[in-house]
Amino acid sequence: MKPSRMAHGFVLSVVVGLTASLAHAQAPIRIGEINSYKAQAAFLDPYHKGMELALEEINTAGGIGGRRLEVITRDDGASPGDAVRAAEELLAREGVQILAGGFLSHIGLALGDFARQKKVFFLASEPLTDKLVWENGNRYTFRLRPSTYMQVSMIVPEAARLKKKRWALVYPNYEYGQSAAATFKSLLKQAQPEVEFVAEQATPLGKVEAGAVVQALADARPDAIFNVLFGTDLARLVREGTTRELFKDRPVVSLLTGEPEYLDPLRDEAPTGWIVTGYPWYAIDTPAHKAFVAAYQKKFNDYPRLGSIVGYSTIKAIAAGVRAAGSTDTERLITAFRGLAFDTPFGRAEFRRSDHQSTMGAFVGRTAVEGGRGVMKDFTYLDGARFQPADEAVRRMRPAEAQQ
Amino acid sequence: MTSASLLVQILTGLAGASTLFLTGAGLSLIFGVTRVVNFAHGSLFMVGAYLGWTAGEWLRALLPGSAAGFWLATLLATLGVAALGALLETLILRRIYRAPELFQLLATFAVALVLRDGCLWLWGAEDLLGPRVPGLTGALSVLGVPFPRYDAALIVIGPAVLGLMHLLLTRTHFGVLIRAATQDREMVSALGVIESRLFTSVFAIGAGLAGLAGALQLPREPANLGLDLPAISDAFVVVVIGGLGSLPGAFLAALLISLVKAGCVALGTVELGGYSFAFPRLTLVAEFIVMAIVLVVRPYGLMGRPEGALRGPAASPIRPEPETPRSRALWGLAIAALALLPWIASASPYTTVALVDVFCFALFAMSLFFIMGPGGMHSFGHAAYFGLGAYGAAIVLKATGWSMMWGLLIGPLAGFVGALIFGWFSVRLSGVYLAMLTLAFGQIVWSIIYQWDAVTGGSNGLTGLWPAGWLSTRYPGVTPNAAYYLLTLACVGSAVLVLRRVLDAPFGLAVRAGRDSPLRAESIGINVHRIQWMAFCVAGTAAGLAGVLYAFSKGSIAPDLVHVGRSIDGLVMVLLGGVESLAGPLIGAAAFTLLQDSAGRSFDYWRAATGAAMLVVVLAFPQGLAGLARSIRGRAKA
Amino acid sequence: MTRPATGLASGPVPLLSVRGLARAFGGVQAVRGVDFDIGAGELLALIGPNGAGKSTCFNMINGQLRPDRGSIQLARPEGPRELVGLAPRTVWRLGVGRTFQIAAVFGSMSVIENVQMALLSHARELLAFWRPARARHRSRALELLAAVGLADQAEHPVATLAYGQVKALELAVALAHGPRLLLMDEPTAGMAPAERGALMALTRQLVTERGVSVLFTEHSMDVVFAFADRVIVLARGELIAQGSVAEVREDVRVREAYFGSGRLHGAPVNTERAA
Repeated sequence: MKPSRMAHGFVLSVVVGLTASLAHAQAPIRIGEINSYKAQAAFLDPYHKGMELALEEINTAGGIGGRRLEVITRDDGASPGDAVRAAEELLAREGVQILAGGFLSHIGLALGDFARQKKVFFLASEPLTDKLVWENGNRYTFRLRPSTYMQVSMIVPEAARLKKKRWALVYPNYEYGQSAAATFKSLLKQAQPEVEFVAEQATPLGKVEAGAVVQALADARPDAIFNVLFGTDLARLVREGTTRELFKDRPVVSLLTGEPEYLDPLRDEAPTGWIVTGYPWYAIDTPAHKAFVAAYQKKFNDYPRLGSIVGYSTIKAIAAGVRAAGSTDTERLITAFRGLAFDTPFGRAEFRRSDHQSTMGAFVGRTAVEGGRGVMKDFTYLDGARFQPADEAVRRMRPAEAQQ
Repeated sequence: MTSASLLVQILTGLAGASTLFLTGAGLSLIFGVTRVVNFAHGSLFMVGAYLGWTAGEWLRALLPGSAAGFWLATLLATLGVAALGALLETLILRRIYRAPELFQLLATFAVALVLRDGCLWLWGAEDLLGPRVPGLTGALSVLGVPFPRYDAALIVIGPAVLGLMHLLLTRTHFGVLIRAATQDREMVSALGVIESRLFTSVFAIGAGLAGLAGALQLPREPANLGLDLPAISDAFVVVVIGGLGSLPGAFLAALLISLVKAGCVALGTVELGGYSFAFPRLTLVAEFIVMAIVLVVRPYGLMGRPEGALRGPAASPIRPEPETPRSRALWGLAIAALALLPWIASASPYTTVALVDVFCFALFAMSLFFIMGPGGMHSFGHAAYFGLGAYGAAIVLKATGWSMMWGLLIGPLAGFVGALIFGWFSVRLSGVYLAMLTLAFGQIVWSIIYQWDAVTGGSNGLTGLWPAGWLSTRYPGVTPNAAYYLLTLACVGSAVLVLRRVLDAPFGLAVRAGRDSPLRAESIGINVHRIQWMAFCVAGTAAGLAGVLYAFSKGSIAPDLVHVGRSIDGLVMVLLGGVESLAGPLIGAAAFTLLQDSAGRSFDYWRAATGAAMLVVVLAFPQGLAGLARSIRGRAKA
Repeated sequence: MTRPATGLASGPVPLLSVRGLARAFGGVQAVRGVDFDIGAGELLALIGPNGAGKSTCFNMINGQLRPDRGSIQLARPEGPRELVGLAPRTVWRLGVGRTFQIAAVFGSMSVIENVQMALLSHARELLAFWRPARARHRSRALELLAAVGLADQAEHPVATLAYGQVKALELAVALAHGPRLLLMDEPTAGMAPAERGALMALTRQLVTERGVSVLFTEHSMDVVFAFADRVIVLARGELIAQGSVAEVREDVRVREAYFGSGRLHGAPVNTERAA
């Protein structure tokens, strides 16, 4: 091996003693994984760990058909152009057969389009944008994580159950926030036709003027609030909103807030009683999840975040797909992934034939503070399969070539 | 909206203004005295927040429930960042004060990269929310509307610091020196002041103010890794709107921006004649719109004086070396070698992929160099033309279905039109003001592209921009992207040669004349503004071409093409290569692109690695990489 | 317009007529209604203590500063032309060259390129984008450089010249478009006494050969008395005296102006001789 190759990236695969000799005979299966590791470190550090865990499990068990699984990761620096260059590099130099990754929606779309152009299989692990599997969908791109539409439609029944008439919306001013708000409005209107939307605040991502926004929301005197802010924006909103009594006697419905990535930094100031989507890792007692948490904590001495689940499930899904396809040939992979069932710590999920979206779900519950930190209570796991448009509707949205 | 809530909105704006002012004040001080464009100022702000958090956690354990803990932690963070500032000044900046103008920007940019990764390494990726300040946790009632006590405290702190700074500057010997140095650096050294000690202390104070601002922000938002960029851009905007070197101006500017933003938020969605306009969306660029308007109306900011501008550009004379048969042969040889590469490197196909990026950025950097070097106009928003080229071509081609070759005309045209409009305003300014106006235009273009979903695809961008036909065909015996590679080489090669020729032609001489001495140029009949405006247009056209070539090599574009980060990358490439030579931008672009590419693959903390490598270049070769090459050649001749 | 009889004109047809020129800066009246003429081929010195308004006058004639009142008329073959309101570059195109107190040249260029720049501008060839500039107007530029004694330095970078040579270069640049009037703001400022005489002798020779009129300000009375054909004296924004060197030397008001101001600014001023 040339010295320059030694330095390349992080070959995640853990070659564990004896098992190495099992897989030794055949060339490994190589997955090229591209993500905004340093720009979105809070989500992607645990994601990376999740991948490591899955890889270790798979390779310890002898790999796939005797072949070791390897993941070669690249940081795209949050730029789609660099992501595409990294993809070219992974294909050309590292000889990867499968592409995966993407956190930011625009990078997911760029990689998806690259996959279509180069006829490579691409599993988008995290990007939320609906376009990835609908308007911009293509044969080569599959997506793991529940989309914006799915997350919103999981939470809307809860919102409708509140029977509040006047709603205010606050969301980050980019595609994710905008489409979450639009979907929320249209779905809630269907469920509860008399609803009114009295205020909308689209705030710059990462730079919310929380004081002013909270004041403006309060001025609109809404009965309830729908929030799409996350990360630092969420922390600012919660602080200002609490101090300025915005949340007093006003229910809040909030996307992603129950994910440990966003809830934990709030510590004992986490909001209480919000209806959120998220991941209550501490209280899920299915055997699959318990095993996952135990293995994760043992390996990393840290608890899992939602990113860990996504990273872990990405690798598991790919392994299941390659196993089913019996090869890494792109066409055979596509055939295998359509309708492929695979296991995640949340339970069994599958990739829909109609739009390549997985049916992995999310937890919806209410926030509370316990032992000095925010938790989700009274949660239920909502299977993603129930929160997607019908196949017919999807077919109308997807380009014809994506459906061949 | 009731009058009570209007009042509270105004108070909220005032509280925001305090933080803005503190960050801006430090930057203004540093720039005023040392003329260093301190790109790491936002990072110092971020470090202040993190240090404040850490000190707060310790002290909270020592003094539970006491407000003294918070204020002590804030003080410690301020002192810590001041010490860091002094360290940066003595270890790095002091060595490069004599380097060409703006070269210090390169050093501070590298420091910012290192500090970002340093914070990640030290404090981890998770946001760190500080506790509320004991005694200031709740809200006051302002006409029945709750208003956070801590915000009320901030409203007092901002003007208090302004007052203290004013006292320091007017009542102390040190302050007199600072003011004198702000107006005339040579004079101070003539007075026998030990320049280095003055600079170090000014840097420490400026950094300390940034640290203070960061620590004070903790009760309002968590310490996080995304604080640095917004902080640096806010700080620049405040300083420039206020007028360089004017602390009251900075305060006024902070007030203006905060109130405009609070106003946009408070207005909400307004229906006007059948159209509904969402004012809150404007907060994305409110500060840049304010800055563009202020600078167009008042070219030296609200309270600045013309003397406050950057020192004359005569410091970095660019003498393009005339073409000789030998240089022509060298260029020819280089282009021929590059043209053969798809055959030579057919076994390592990534080579030509990486080089397409290098070529696109080389042309981008060359076009920026064209106005920066010979033109003496520092554009901080050059990505606007790159992005306009890419988007202009992409939008037209998607709508019409024309072949990509048309894009090679449409892209440059879009860049040209952008430069025609923005250049007209920009050339009326000079120095940092000009730089910041170009930045404002760049960010306005970015925000339009970012939000205009129907046309530009909004934040998601546009996909499916692959060239069709022979350009994307794979041919045997060459690298897979050989056709596109050769097209890019041909376009970039000829554009660079054209730019070279233009610089050698009377027009290029006139551009240099306008930079060397506008006074002399005007008094030999040269319309300097018009020449500079046309130079902008030439540069915009070239950048537009680079943008199209880049877009179609990636198949997709997103607003990050236009973002200030891309403009800064361009500046870094030009400075890294050296502004004193035509080969500089080409070498700089290649070095920066390949450095990032390989650092990204080889190091976990690749940003810090890139920053460290750049620091080595900056300290070892203050003339840039091309300057290094020249001095080696010079030594060989001697 | 009827011209006041008081010896304003020195020649039969003045090249430049300045009438009622005035300009204030924020309430301070820098120049208050100044009248004077410059005759063809004349070397006219404009003197006065610091703050007398000399530079303001210069900048108004040159077009850098717009007067509040007054007219500045340049005689042209097609008739007199009003200069007020024109930009410096337009004034230059009408045949008025200028040098600066601190020599303004193009620091990144070679000596010859400086002159070529002026020639290119005069030929209206600035918007040429293709053929290299260095081949254009070379011989004419070399002639001008030879005239000021810089032919040997033609290819040197400006940065390598001595200050006196830079001044000479500036003169060559200012003469490049064959001006009819040359404005020289303190041509000898910052030069050694010996160099001063040499530069002014050169100037005198060149302008006489070319029939160029010169208006210059000067602090060194030696220079003024040695080279000026005629002198006009400004004090506190007003024209207080004019006439031949001898007349002005003897003028009581001039002496008062210099002594009364309490500072005969600039070391070179030889008060005893002025008195």
